[in-house]
Amino acid sequence: MASPQPEAPAKLYAAQEPVFPKKVYGKFRNLKWVIMAITLGIYYLTPWIRWDRGPNLPDQAVLVDLANRRFFFFWIEIWPYEFYFIAGLLVMAGLGLFLFTSALGRVWCGYACPQTVWTDLFILVERWIEGDRNARLRLHRQKKWDLRKFRLRLTKWVVWLLIALATGGAWVFYFTDAPTLLADLIALNAHPVAYTTLLILTGTTFFFGGFAREQICIYACPWPRIQAAMMDEDTLVVGYRDWRGEPRKHSEEVKAGDPQGDCIDCMACVTVCPMGIDIRDGQQMECITCALCIDACDDIMDKVGKPRGLIDYMALTDETNERAGKPPKPIWKHVLRPRTILYTTLWSLVGVGLLFALFVRQDIDFTVAPVRNPTYVVLSDGSIRNTYEIRLRNKHGEDRPFRMSLSGDRTLQLQLEGLTDAVVTVPADSVKLQRVYVIAPADTDPAGLAQSSIRFWVEDPTNGDRVHKDSVFNGKVQP
Amino acid sequence: MADQSKKPHQDPETTGHEWDGIEEFNNPLPRWWLWVFYATIVWGIWYVIAYPAWPLVEGAPAGYKNWSTRANIAADIAAAEAANAGMNTRLASAELTAIADDAELNGYAISAGGAVFRTWCAQCHGSGAAGAKGYPNLLDNDWLWGGDIAAIHATISHGIRTEEDDDTRYSEMPVFGDILEEEEIVQVANYVVSLSGDAPDATAVIAGEMVFMDNCASCHMEDARGDREQGAPNLADAIWLYGGDFETVMQTIEGSRFGVMPAWNTRLSEAEIRAVSAYVHQLGGGE
Repeated sequence: MASPQPEAPAKLYAAQEPVFPKKVYGKFRNLKWVIMAITLGIYYLTPWIRWDRGPNLPDQAVLVDLANRRFFFFWIEIWPYEFYFIAGLLVMAGLGLFLFTSALGRVWCGYACPQTVWTDLFILVERWIEGDRNARLRLHRQKKWDLRKFRLRLTKWVVWLLIALATGGAWVFYFTDAPTLLADLIALNAHPVAYTTLLILTGTTFFFGGFAREQICIYACPWPRIQAAMMDEDTLVVGYRDWRGEPRKHSEEVKAGDPQGDCIDCMACVTVCPMGIDIRDGQQMECITCALCIDACDDIMDKVGKPRGLIDYMALTDETNERAGKPPKPIWKHVLRPRTILYTTLWSLVGVGLLFALFVRQDIDFTVAPVRNPTYVVLSDGSIRNTYEIRLRNKHGEDRPFRMSLSGDRTLQLQLEGLTDAVVTVPADSVKLQRVYVIAPADTDPAGLAQSSIRFWVEDPTNGDRVHKDSVFNGKVQP
Repeated sequence: MADQSKKPHQDPETTGHEWDGIEEFNNPLPRWWLWVFYATIVWGIWYVIAYPAWPLVEGAPAGYKNWSTRANIAADIAAAEAANAGMNTRLASAELTAIADDAELNGYAISAGGAVFRTWCAQCHGSGAAGAKGYPNLLDNDWLWGGDIAAIHATISHGIRTEEDDDTRYSEMPVFGDILEEEEIVQVANYVVSLSGDAPDATAVIAGEMVFMDNCASCHMEDARGDREQGAPNLADAIWLYGGDFETVMQTIEGSRFGVMPAWNTRLSEAEIRAVSAYVHQLGGGE
């Protein structure tokens, strides 16, 4: 080959750069502790909340009962045919993420994402056992596995594993009665699926929180890539006021007597970063906007007697304004924009729609499916009979009677398969399929019309509540 | 955010490739990504050995795990049958009339019977059981051989006019074209049509009644309401197996009819026959 190769070929694969985030104090760190306590508390404790629903129904407040196809959320019970509630919640979650991202950038990533929260927890454990950044760096660089290193590493891994086990365990508790399952798990006679799920989630928690950490955000997660499409010049992100900070003190280019920026190049913002980046290089793909560098820098600025906010939440428009010597926009102008207002409106509309659907939901629920094969049957006395498959849903924890009736042409008669009266008893927490016949005696109007409207009524005889569904009666169409 | 020109950082690394002055940045993949790639290769090798993966002329090799979709299906079917075995035993030994009172057994019988019906019966009686010309509608309240569950069960078990079964339901309508005069057939056809509608020739009805009493009433009874012992249809109601218009009735009298249904006890288990009996019984005409 004649083409000159001036240097060795570039490496196509890079080893993971270990990150040793330093401890930091400040308002954003405190906010993250609070959010961690709330989110982890909700996650670990929710399956243990009890909720009395009467006999035959589970008493777990939040339960995804896949085997029986029921979803329980405190006083709300969702059956599979009402899946639109779940779909609506997912739409709301999506719109909520859009809203927060367009207003506050990757605030989900920085504060509430499980990957962030559990990594934070794992780093807390790491710091507690192995010490802060410098001690961990020393331990990392120490090649020899002496007894101390072995003890520290083993302790850390065991604590991580216990957290991971609790995490995987809490997940399976959402799908079946938690106290029963815990007893079964300990007695080693729970279902294999429970153990498999628990082991997989324990493994992923241990690995993602302990070792993969920022690699998940950079390489595995699609959300940061999508988020870029929702951010604009008014979105608040974490940034560095380089026009204030540069040129840095201690940097080689700065000679005595030259003008100096506020940045003293202490690297505090870099050492606390869980993603291992230097925010002074500008907004970058890896930044999850956890704001720990803001805390770190504010602390240093206080110590050197400079104003806070060298690293701060700001938007692109602020930078332009500040460079031109103009004051930045107030926060509310960043947050209240047509885009965020649109997202909020959509989010609220879906939410109000769901709440409306939830509150107008009837306690009695049934569907009418007219049998179309055949549309009608001629009986021996010449009367015309239509058949309807009516599904009656009993969401109560005890058996429930439903009285069926019919309105429409007065000549129409209602009959129920296998029953002499019109009262159907539906067992607790189940659906009953009842064949229902509507008969038009020969030579009556409905028997001769191609189609006439009818209305089925279902009444709870115990409290008089009743609901209706409309359907049609097919007469004998004369050729 | 920061002004790129002021950054004290070196130029980003490039791969050294250059096309018309365009250089390619080097953004190396994480090394663990490469290990994941190697792991998929190892997985692929294992998969090819373990499962049928080489398409050959006569099919794929079995793989050391002898995995096959047919075996899986067979195992699934066996598991389903084993799971239903208890219900099938209960069904086969229950009193026929007691099935409807046992909610659990009845629910099982109706869904199992529906499956049997759609597999074996729907070809003639239709998937909705509405029948067709010559194939009875099972939804209505008219029965040739009886509509209680025991009668339905006997009909399904032994069939109708089937040669292979000695207990089959049997009867035969004579070919009256060979017995009666043409005029008599027209008269009796007018009479039969008049029982449930308007005869085309009202003057023939009286004479037709005489012919009917002499030739037909022994099976169809004097009131023409039929006889279930002989499977003789009720001629006075609104339901017709082959059609109630004058021409069709003429055809039936002249040439007779001979509907056949197979005996199912040689093909279906007792539990299946009982299940489909219960299913047919609850379609709307059960007695």
